[in-house]
Amino acid sequence: MTVHLPLAPTRAVEVSIDGRPVSVPEGATLLDACRKLGIDVPTLCHAPNLTPMNVCRVCVVEVEGARTLVPSCSRKVEAGMVVKTDSERVRLARRLVMELLASSVDLSTAPEARAFVERYGARPERFGPATPAAAAGEREGRRAGQHREPPSGGAETVAQPVKIDNELFVRDYAKCLLCYKCVEACGADAQNTFAIAVAGRGFDARIATEFDVPLPESACVFCGNCIGVCPTGALMFHSEHVLRAAGQWDETEQTKTDTVCSYCGVGCVITLHTQRGQIVKATSPHDSEVTNGHLCIKGRFGWGYVRP
Amino acid sequence: MDLRALEAPPTDVERAAIDAVLGPAPEAPSGSWLSAKARRHLLLPALHAAQGRVGFVSPGALGYICTRLEVPPAEGFGVASFYALFALAARPPAALHVCDDLACKVAGADSLIDDLTCRASPSDEHAWHRSPCLGLCEQAPAALYTRAGAPAVERAVGGLTLERALALLRTGESVTAPEPALPQLGEPGLRLLARAGRVDPTSLDDHRAHGGYRALRRALEIGPGGVLRELVESGLVGRGGALFPTGRKWEAVAKAPARPRYVVCNADESEPGTFKDRVLMEQDPFALVEAMTIAGLTVGAERGFIYLRAEYPLAAERLTHAIAQARARGLLGPTVMGREVAFEIEIRRGAGAYVCGEETALLASIEGYRGEPRSKPPFPVEVGLFGKPTVINNVETLCNVPFIVEHGAAAYRSVGTAGSPGTRLFCVSGRVERPGVYELPLGTPLGELIARAGGVKGGGAPAAVLLGGAAGSFVGRGSLDLRLSFEDTRHAGVTLGSGVVLVLDDSVPLEPLLARIAAFFRDESCGQCVPCRVGTVRQEELVTRLGKREPLGGLAGELALLRELGQVMRDASICGLGQTASSAVESAIERLGAFREGES
Ligand SMILES: Cc1cc2nc3c(=O)[nH]c(=O)nc-3n(C[C@H](O)[C@H](O)[C@H](O)COP(=O)(O)O)c2cc1C
Ligand code: SF4
Ligand code: SF4
Ligand code: SF4
Ligand code: FES
Ligand code: FES
Repeated sequence: MTVHLPLAPTRAVEVSIDGRPVSVPEGATLLDACRKLGIDVPTLCHAPNLTPMNVCRVCVVEVEGARTLVPSCSRKVEAGMVVKTDSERVRLARRLVMELLASSVDLSTAPEARAFVERYGARPERFGPATPAAAAGEREGRRAGQHREPPSGGAETVAQPVKIDNELFVRDYAKCLLCYKCVEACGADAQNTFAIAVAGRGFDARIATEFDVPLPESACVFCGNCIGVCPTGALMFHSEHVLRAAGQWDETEQTKTDTVCSYCGVGCVITLHTQRGQIVKATSPHDSEVTNGHLCIKGRFGWGYVRP
Repeated sequence: MDLRALEAPPTDVERAAIDAVLGPAPEAPSGSWLSAKARRHLLLPALHAAQGRVGFVSPGALGYICTRLEVPPAEGFGVASFYALFALAARPPAALHVCDDLACKVAGADSLIDDLTCRASPSDEHAWHRSPCLGLCEQAPAALYTRAGAPAVERAVGGLTLERALALLRTGESVTAPEPALPQLGEPGLRLLARAGRVDPTSLDDHRAHGGYRALRRALEIGPGGVLRELVESGLVGRGGALFPTGRKWEAVAKAPARPRYVVCNADESEPGTFKDRVLMEQDPFALVEAMTIAGLTVGAERGFIYLRAEYPLAAERLTHAIAQARARGLLGPTVMGREVAFEIEIRRGAGAYVCGEETALLASIEGYRGEPRSKPPFPVEVGLFGKPTVINNVETLCNVPFIVEHGAAAYRSVGTAGSPGTRLFCVSGRVERPGVYELPLGTPLGELIARAGGVKGGGAPAAVLLGGAAGSFVGRGSLDLRLSFEDTRHAGVTLGSGVVLVLDDSVPLEPLLARIAAFFRDESCGQCVPCRVGTVRQEELVTRLGKREPLGGLAGELALLRELGQVMRDASICGLGQTASSAVESAIERLGAFREGES
């Protein structure tokens, strides 16, 4: 057990990554150190504007002397650490993590995650064909710890019908990899609304409102910040969902225009995505100093009523 | 913070039950968000109050609790739905939780459950559920009976039969808690079990007449430095499974700059096959109270918590009584034994979640959050309960402390091996003549322990032994010479874990036990991290396919996949649950040839 004593905040810490020395400020993460060296470490649940939850485990690296691999996105550097980011062990873990995700979650609207599947040569089909999807409400009805016989002959998934309970955005939890980002964005990290939380346990854990009430009956204020951070398209603008369902969603045809929101005096930067002259969604740059990527209902959805 | 409370009001009985825990509602809202936040740790006690009164947590009750504690309703729901023992939909008031875990399976739980399925249809009044290990394995098959009401009834039931189960469900007959078998009663040389069965566990006088509280007196004489010295020299390591040296843990907290500090006793004992802590708490509750008090005085903590698994109602009753007695006699409270030092102990009950035995999950659970482990470092000695330095120890670990303080490190080391000093409690269950808790010096050969338990039932030989529980591993017939010490087991690639010794003979089919273990981890995964949340599901699917001799592709490929999966769960999971989830299954494949029979 190491006891970390608080030291002067400006101290630099030297570590070795893949045989190369690098010096980063104390308190930096191994991911920061990797990035400083230009090493591309995959991440799914990490976001610069959210507290690390280190749950996806795709960012693991090998630290000499550690019993297990460590999540680079949250593990702080310690002087003298010797780190490998591309060892056999690391590659196996990343490949398996992507196989486990791809065999249980619909990644069709998650290009980043799909790229990791490719990069690590993940073969999710090794676990067998997907077993039938859950009916509406079925997953919500499952109780913690209550055992169910595994459906035979293949791999259980989180497939379930999409939740459409409002006109602004849909929740397609068949695509949810449970990165906790939306919960963080809705809670203390941005919105402070706490309309959604993780409920249930284990494979049946899910993002939910209290007693699974529809969003309009919950505390949700429709800021859409959860959509902004979702890495998989599980949370999606209703407009995008409709266009995709109709086979008309085409990102190659889309243009993005940065503008400043005119509803109030804060001056949030909004990126409007237009396709064939119609605004199809609004985002805000994650590195914007004003918004950190977060908006409110007006900036996020207000265009829906005011066509350009 | 924008809080929209659940709209349905609680019923009057729900409100009264919740107010009994939270105090009457203030006329006006406190207005101080901080003060409510500081009370979030009352979330689980309040949920227990609601559940215990009406048999489930209704939207009205949850909404009321969330309003009182200023917890966002979605978060409150997230917490309540994490725990197996909280029902969030209306349920009959009486429930029988029938164990179908390892030891009970070996004792015929499956046919009992088949019979129950035919004979006991659920009614408005009662229902029965399957349960993971209830910590009553020496009395297998076992069950837990609960009936909501004022007061709520909670009783463990050992030696369950179909008739008994039906009678319980039908009439709700009052059940008396079974007393454990104490196979070593009266033997000389016992330390941890010296008083078990020989003193009245409800009498402080009886306890003191048998040597109780001498250690606390001595601790006050030699002071914190003296206690720490003895503890470090004793070489005591934690009995909760992680084998951390207890003296070093206490030293770290005693030296930590932050205050306040806390002492937490891990009494979650949910590892399948484990029941030793239950026996200690039921038979010698004052010993734990004394040990925690010594811990508090030594590390400079004024508050201690016992996190007790909900399935131990008798332990809860006896500990509550012991704490009250100690307080009444000046052994707890603002002064301890007349000295100007304060120490208080509170019991917190879990609610059906194995993972809450993991120390960081346990702390989160006490604080009123989902029992999700977090990455370490920082360790609880630095950032523990409420973010403060915390000593967290297993019940058995703590119960070793009074002996060490009273008799000294040298006396402690007089039994056991150099690397594993002292005695250890072994939870012997399965196919032996006299299952029960056995206290033996560390280093005792496995064969001798089994012989002490009367040998295999009917006189055969053990075919396999599960050491360390579901998170442990199987050893085969040739392992009777294995010395049960930390160093010998490590060398053999196995673990003593929580002291589980589940003995199997040739009459017990192995593969259904492997399926049960795989199911256990799937059911108990907290769900945070991908390797464990999805990995435990894939492992169960694989074990099921292999058990049915229906591999996808070929057997070799499936076994290789299982091995890869095991390595990644071990390597990339956040906590020990995922890290050990494949251990027993892998050991059975390697050492016992599981899944190979009948294949060419
Ligand atoms: C999934 C899991 C469950 C655990 N359950 C328990 C338990 O029920 N009781 C316990 O004392 N330790 C348990 N532990 C170990 C604790 O995390 C911790 O190491 C222990 O409480 C420290 O006390 P000790 O040093 O006295 O052993 C568990 C660990 C894991 C990973
Ligand atoms: S839209 Fe805003 S308030 Fe509603 S769930 Fe998403 S983050 Fe929370
Ligand atoms: S909905 Fe999206 S942001 Fe929320 S947990 Fe799922 S994948 Fe992550
Ligand atoms: S290993 Fe399993 S139990 Fe532990 S944090 Fe991960 S999902 Fe939860
Ligand atoms: S990005 Fe590090 S664990 Fe998810
Ligand atoms: S009580 Fe049933 S296995 Fe432990």
